[in-house]
Amino acid sequence: MRRIGDAPSVRRLLIGAALLLSALFLLLPLVAIFAQAFSQGMAVFWANVSNTFTLHAIGLTLIIALLTIPICLVFGVALAWLVTRFSFPGRRILQTLIDIPFAVSPVVAGLIYLLLYGRNGWIGGWLDTHDIQLMFAWPGILMVTIFVTCPFVARELIPLMQAQGSREEEAAVTLGASGWTIFRRITLPNIRWALLYGIILTNARAVGEFGAVSVVSGAIRGRTNTLPLHLEQLYQDYNAVGAFASASLLALIALLTLAAKAGLEWRASRREALL
Amino acid sequence: MRQLALWRPGSTRVLPGFGLSMGISVLFISLVLLLPITGLFGQLAGLSLAEYWAIITEGRVVASYMVTIGAAAVAALVNGVFGLLLAWVLVRYEFPGKRLLDALMDLPFALPTAVAGITLATLYASNGWMGSILEPLGFQVAYTWVGIALAMAFTSIPFVVRTVQPVLEDLPAEVDEAAMSLGATDGVAFRRVIMPHLWPALVTGTGLAFVRSLGEFGAIIFIAGNMPYETEITALMIFVKLQEYDYAAASAIASVVLFVSLALLLAINIWQGRFVRRLHGGKG
Amino acid sequence: MSLPTFSRTHFRRSLLTIALGAAVASAAVSSTAAAQERELLNSSYDIARELFSAINPEFQAWWQEEHGEEIGINQSHGGSSAQARAILQGLRADVVTFNQVTDVQVLADAGLVAEDWQEAFENNASPYYSTTAFLVRKDNPKGIESWDDLVKEDVRMVFPNPKTSGNGRYTYLAAWGFAENEFDGDEEQIQDFMRTFLRNVAVFDTGGRGATTSFIERGIGDVLISFESEVNNIRSEYGSDDYEVIVPPVSILAEFPVAVVGPNAERNGNSDLAQSYLEYLYSEEAQRLLAGFNYRVHNETVVAEFADQFPETELFEVEDVFGSWEEAMEAHFAGGALLDQLQRR
Repeated sequence: MRRIGDAPSVRRLLIGAALLLSALFLLLPLVAIFAQAFSQGMAVFWANVSNTFTLHAIGLTLIIALLTIPICLVFGVALAWLVTRFSFPGRRILQTLIDIPFAVSPVVAGLIYLLLYGRNGWIGGWLDTHDIQLMFAWPGILMVTIFVTCPFVARELIPLMQAQGSREEEAAVTLGASGWTIFRRITLPNIRWALLYGIILTNARAVGEFGAVSVVSGAIRGRTNTLPLHLEQLYQDYNAVGAFASASLLALIALLTLAAKAGLEWRASRREALL
Repeated sequence: MRQLALWRPGSTRVLPGFGLSMGISVLFISLVLLLPITGLFGQLAGLSLAEYWAIITEGRVVASYMVTIGAAAVAALVNGVFGLLLAWVLVRYEFPGKRLLDALMDLPFALPTAVAGITLATLYASNGWMGSILEPLGFQVAYTWVGIALAMAFTSIPFVVRTVQPVLEDLPAEVDEAAMSLGATDGVAFRRVIMPHLWPALVTGTGLAFVRSLGEFGAIIFIAGNMPYETEITALMIFVKLQEYDYAAASAIASVVLFVSLALLLAINIWQGRFVRRLHGGKG
Repeated sequence: MSLPTFSRTHFRRSLLTIALGAAVASAAVSSTAAAQERELLNSSYDIARELFSAINPEFQAWWQEEHGEEIGINQSHGGSSAQARAILQGLRADVVTFNQVTDVQVLADAGLVAEDWQEAFENNASPYYSTTAFLVRKDNPKGIESWDDLVKEDVRMVFPNPKTSGNGRYTYLAAWGFAENEFDGDEEQIQDFMRTFLRNVAVFDTGGRGATTSFIERGIGDVLISFESEVNNIRSEYGSDDYEVIVPPVSILAEFPVAVVGPNAERNGNSDLAQSYLEYLYSEEAQRLLAGFNYRVHNETVVAEFADQFPETELFEVEDVFGSWEEAMEAHFAGGALLDQLQRR
């Protein structure tokens, strides 16, 4: 049995082209980050990473990601359940609305939050008189991070849940199972891997967001600086090695993310093979 | 609940959780997505139609649309070909390092755009690893529109790979067996038999990549050179207006990008929906 | 079907982890928010980070000695305009130390800074100043000495975009001021000069540091134009053998205005601290630190100490050539104004 493109010459050519292009296009930038970060040796790298401001930036970045994930998770699951299990007018519009964060440039995303919750905004003005500060403090960073990351979980779940259909859940309903039981025992196991993939993507974006956060953070070193902002400042301060040291931390998070994802997919495919 | 069910007579809503999921979704979308967007339109309300038109059709801004759309189109096309190649290789062949290559595909999503921007600028500058090879050959990448397209292509390649890949995986082996048994060459069989199945996914992926490229700022700004009329992207024009405290003009230009992107996304969603329906209809 | 029991415990565990994580995280965040000591927030332009990192500990020590109180100083840096915008929108900075008079004026117009802020401190509330100067490559191969050398056919320049950077605006205004003098105010000749000048720009980065990177790291252009302080710092940072600093015989006076953001300082209970902090910038110690960062200062002792570092040059003020900052902004940098017209193709 022969399939299209199985001829050894075609095979070799295509694999070769794919590997070469990926190496140049994707792998090289990654290598460059680490090469730059370690260009002055381990000691300088370590001094840059263990700097108080860098450590604070790492902490803040991780906290923001940790707070963002559960919120996006609840929303993503609810929306996916809604648009794949029910049919109602406006479904397609709802599905497009969730893409807004993809359509809005991150700087604009930051701007619209600033216009609303900043001192001159109509909500921000009220908050200001009550001495509540959202913008230029961690809540503002959290808010814009949620904005830019909220589509990921839903976008992962919707195609999968659409493809799986709702027959299993409907069968459970006729057997008299409660909503929560159905979700926990039928839906969740089915969407588990997609859900985790969604979380991984959310986390990656939350950790790395720059444009939107830069507008609302105020960039107070040791207070409201996230790691991407800190990196940019180091770069601006002619500390390219320090900037790339921070960049390498972010790249490391990216790599861990990719590894986690690859691991999940491997597990999923093994399970499939077993069934 | 009952009233909602009446909207669609004939469909019986068996599954629970409609109210809850609708509540969460609508509340979230309203608070997180729509409410802030009203701020944008609040700014626009301060402009007369003529002023709005004057801002969004100003020469330099129009030039930035051209640069952005042109570079995004090139990036999307390149990604269409490159992404198809990668998806094909990842699905159809076994080779050492395949899992690694597969994982690498998501790198641009996982890597912060500012990091990508700084790194690409460093690599493709005339004294960078790539630039020092390319520039003597007459290819200048950094600080030209090629650099913009490159940064766009980098940040959006996963869209194409990840939409084409699953479709290719689901394609039953009989499809190409039939073509091959009829004696068609690889090229002809691919074009006639495989491509019709891949088109929708490929167009969707390329479309998403294009939309993503329209709004990208962080990755591009370092490599663009930002010369007026030549290498200024629209996101920079928004940034410039912000620097001038001109929120209304910034919002006006942002609204153009927003509308174009949303229209494209809506078109993609409708198209995708149609395709899914056709597919399911075909299979029975 | 899959194994629901496994998934349930698995899911519960992850939920628990997330909830715990969130609790710990919010506790950590709120504990950092509630700091013990008084903290002053200085909002400044983006290339002043090292400068204030050097000055702040000195001031903290001085304050401790004078008042026996330990204080913290936070710094926020960004483009001067972006910083002013952030304060307008609620960034609670106690003091501003900017590089653009207009950006302080924006705050004054909004009532966040006193109307007469320029009288609140000496020298127009500008504790130090600088001018626009050139950084050229080793041995100055293109022979660049003054502004008219920059419009030669084969000269490529790097300076930040006047649209996004105050630094870039100074460069533009300096070149215009030179041309105004050179051509006796003949508008057509000035505009021709400026058109060629702008055409010789190789890259328009959004900020001063970006321009430096383009010139130094990427090797673009024959000359980098920036603040005198900045080009000197760059030269000492990147090797004095590879670059030369040229201070043109005529250039613009660049003031670095400071002001107390009254309502914020009051709200933070920092009014006394804010006032003292800015006054401290005029002290001999601070002025010496400033001169060390290649800024020109007013303190006569310090000026004498650093005399060789700053070549004599004729500095004109924005007000001399353009009337006022407001008029300069209106006529040159507003949307559709002269800068846009000159760059039109």
